[in-house]
Amino acid sequence: MYDGGKIVAGLVVFLAVVTSPIWYNVVAGKAEYRPDPKIVSQEKQCVAPKAWMTAMHMTLLNSWRDSVVREDNRVYVAANGKTYNMSLSKTCMQCHPNKSEFCDRCHNYASVNPYCWDCHVEPKEKK
Amino acid sequence: MSSEELDIKPEELLDFDYDPPQKDWMDPSVAFRKGTYCYSAAPKNLEYLGLPNPRDWQPHDKDWKLPPDWKETILDGMKDRLSKFRSFQLFMDICVRCGACADKCHFFIGSGDPKNMPVLRAELMRSVYRNDFTAAGKILGKLAGGRELTEEVLKEWFYYFYQCTECRRCSVFCPYGIDTAEITMMARELLNLVGCNINWALEPVANCQRTGNHLGIQPHTFKDSLEFFQDEIEDITGIKVNLPINKKGADVLFVVPSGDYFADPGTFTLMGYLMLFHEIGLDYTWSTYASEGGNFGLFNSHELIKRLNAKIYLEAKRLGVKWILGGECGHMWRVVNQYMDTMNGPADFLEEPVSPITGTKFENAKSTKMVHICEFTADLMQHNKLKLDPSRNDSLRVTFHDSCNPSRAMGILEEPRYVLRNVCKHFYEMPENTIREQTYCCAGGAGLGTDENMEMRMRGGLPRGNAVRHVQMKHDVNRLACICAIDRATLIPLVDYWAPGVEVTGVHELVGNALVMKGEKERELSMRGDPLNEMEDDEDV
Amino acid sequence: MNALYALFAVVALMLLAFLGVSTADLNVLFGAIVPYAAVSVFLIGVSYRVLKWATVPVPFRITTVCGQEKSLPWIKSSPLESPHNGVYAALRMALEVLAFRSLFRNTRISLAPDEKSIGGKRIVYSSNFFLWLGALAFHYCFLIILLRHFRFFTEPVVFFVPLLQDLDGFFQVGVPGVYMTGLIFVAAVGYLLLRRFSNPQVRYISLAADYFPLFLLLGIAGSGILMRYFFKVDVVKVKELMMGLIGFHPVVPDGIGSLFYIHLFLVCVLVAYFPFSKLVHMAGIFLSPTRNMANDNRAHRHINPWNYPVDVHTYEDWEEEFKDKLIAAGLPLDKG
Repeated sequence: MYDGGKIVAGLVVFLAVVTSPIWYNVVAGKAEYRPDPKIVSQEKQCVAPKAWMTAMHMTLLNSWRDSVVREDNRVYVAANGKTYNMSLSKTCMQCHPNKSEFCDRCHNYASVNPYCWDCHVEPKEKK
Repeated sequence: MSSEELDIKPEELLDFDYDPPQKDWMDPSVAFRKGTYCYSAAPKNLEYLGLPNPRDWQPHDKDWKLPPDWKETILDGMKDRLSKFRSFQLFMDICVRCGACADKCHFFIGSGDPKNMPVLRAELMRSVYRNDFTAAGKILGKLAGGRELTEEVLKEWFYYFYQCTECRRCSVFCPYGIDTAEITMMARELLNLVGCNINWALEPVANCQRTGNHLGIQPHTFKDSLEFFQDEIEDITGIKVNLPINKKGADVLFVVPSGDYFADPGTFTLMGYLMLFHEIGLDYTWSTYASEGGNFGLFNSHELIKRLNAKIYLEAKRLGVKWILGGECGHMWRVVNQYMDTMNGPADFLEEPVSPITGTKFENAKSTKMVHICEFTADLMQHNKLKLDPSRNDSLRVTFHDSCNPSRAMGILEEPRYVLRNVCKHFYEMPENTIREQTYCCAGGAGLGTDENMEMRMRGGLPRGNAVRHVQMKHDVNRLACICAIDRATLIPLVDYWAPGVEVTGVHELVGNALVMKGEKERELSMRGDPLNEMEDDEDV
Repeated sequence: MNALYALFAVVALMLLAFLGVSTADLNVLFGAIVPYAAVSVFLIGVSYRVLKWATVPVPFRITTVCGQEKSLPWIKSSPLESPHNGVYAALRMALEVLAFRSLFRNTRISLAPDEKSIGGKRIVYSSNFFLWLGALAFHYCFLIILLRHFRFFTEPVVFFVPLLQDLDGFFQVGVPGVYMTGLIFVAAVGYLLLRRFSNPQVRYISLAADYFPLFLLLGIAGSGILMRYFFKVDVVKVKELMMGLIGFHPVVPDGIGSLFYIHLFLVCVLVAYFPFSKLVHMAGIFLSPTRNMANDNRAHRHINPWNYPVDVHTYEDWEEEFKDKLIAAGLPLDKG
């Protein structure tokens, strides 16, 4: 006895599951999509270089939070000597008030769900 | 079979540990030390069966007199079997060597020899498979776990694959169900191709092919034996039971392992059958042509299984019976349950088995048309068709040894227990790791139950012996019941060695003791001829 | 020795990817060509293996029975241990695949001194859940980690990814939040590896092919953990690369760290190695004849496609051979 039918059916299901991202993309058609976060600020420079910020901003924000909440220190001295007020809403959101077009684009793309807004009030955006 | 004294004391036998040697297992090495292997098959048996390379040789000889193209023969045989048995192909491919099986084999437990770990036993063959049948092995060789098939490797195969009783306990624990019995069966088929077989496994096949039973008992002697038991029963009960042999048109053909009409204590079990059938008035017959339920073909090759097994259906057809009833036997039931219908069926000339006494349809046997005696008797008891006096077994404190094949190749666990509980009042189970699907082999199955192999049998018998000893100490158990003819032969030296004082019995021997027959005289003797009320003293010696 | 070979092989593979990307600028090779090749090998290889198994028949129904058969109606059967039909056989298989049922039985024996036992020693059985636990933890964590990675393979991200992320990062420790599965995975694989070293029997039987996948998995998990928590890579670019591969328009963005390429390359090696190694047990278990068949041999005839006629000693020949003895014993003859 071979049970060939069952085996081939099982194999087809397995192959379909393994290659499911391909089929998902055929249906969704968004493989070419790029998040492209929009910067609306006139400022030339962030608190750190762009590439560093892209990779490390969550670490920076985390250290800001610890510094402010646990050590009552609100002054951040950047690498170039400039000082900033450690504040998500007053510093970061000054330049990046457009959460949905800036933060969310990459976060959604990479399925990242930061808990910033568990405590902070989400900015009201102009539609 | 006599229980030859083993001149090694248990303390000496247990003087080993489980630590593997420093040496890499891949270097084949095997010392044929007396007591740990079986002797070669006599050439006359190979000749009678038409098997290759009959010759005089012994495993301890330096020269095995292999045919010049032996290696090619084996590799071709492997290739052929890899394409015929999915089990073989799959089990060569998917083992991850997790080691869950390692300490599940009675031979490993009793010897500490790492090549008795099921995983390594299989690796002995897998290494050759990798070397000759996989791309990685062909390129990377030893690094990929490949090993060239040399004469030394072949000798190692012989030693270790005739040191596996195909009991399938490892298969219960394997996460992929890898069954070493399958691999051992393949290995033995391959060894058979070049004439490397053992006499204890092969002579019964030759006998059975010729006379109809493993022991080579010819029809007139068969009849004499049964008549002797008929007389014995008359002495004990005062009743001359009927004894139908080769009776055409009977309802039922009854087949038992030949050990049961050859040697004690199987003979007492057989007397139990005779009394039971007489008492319920079963229209049945014995056969002198199909006078063997067991099948030592199983311990050599699939082809030999089929050759021997064919006789049962042929005889059922010739005699015109309705269905077949089978006695207490272990590997016989593996063959009946897992091979017979496929190999020699369909049995469309028979009827679906129905008990003529209770009307019960044995639906689980509707295709094979063969019913196990314990199923049959349990059904009789459940319908109150038997008058039983269990107090006749009061001097017996009984435990039950599940035989490998009825438990792991069939699943008949409750029926014999039900029968035992109906015929004796003192029944005690051995520890759960040693019974039911986890039961241990008697270490003499699969053709290894010969006296020259006694040391290995006692080693492999350690876990069973230990468990019997446990209930002997705890509950004063003095009887080890089983439903297997090989057990009835091999467990005797085993308990003599590991749990002295315990005797081995078939389940239907105890049924015979307890069965109250119509018109019987007052019973004074047990089936063994011991006075019923003095048996206890007897046992305690 | 076998372990060293395997470790050496994995380290060499890591170096290969590192040097290839950081000095030879072979990003296209490691970012596109190798992944495509590896996945192709995997798909074709697994199909080949399974179809090859499928072409080999199962001549006999050799179920390993682990419980009471279904026989008389008043005897309670164990349908999951001794399935009497296909449905229960499938359930038994499901239990095996999803819960590692057989491995759960695992025990360990030792010989302990015992004066009541003959020979002065007694076999002691102790429970041994760790292999089962380690194997189960490893496989399930692997599955969840794989599914979490679908955030790189799907756009918009498929629904189950955030669910798994929330569940997996439930404790919200650190930034980015620690995933439990990552840690358990490393612990479980570490245990499986340590076991191969520390258990003398298992060490004895272990081949290079047993250590290699474990080192490979540790390499994969290690590089992944380093990327997530320590040496960050630009995940947006990583996803762009993955989506390019999945949409069959491969792009290899600049500026993804070499750590990522090491990770990806080791995954590719694992995937390509899969069909030709013991890892195919994933597919093989479903075909295991001792587990996937019902124990209904006597009720339903199993067909062996290569069943062939054999030399049987027929009754006629037998009667001829023993004629005199049959007559002497007064037994009836067919040919009077």
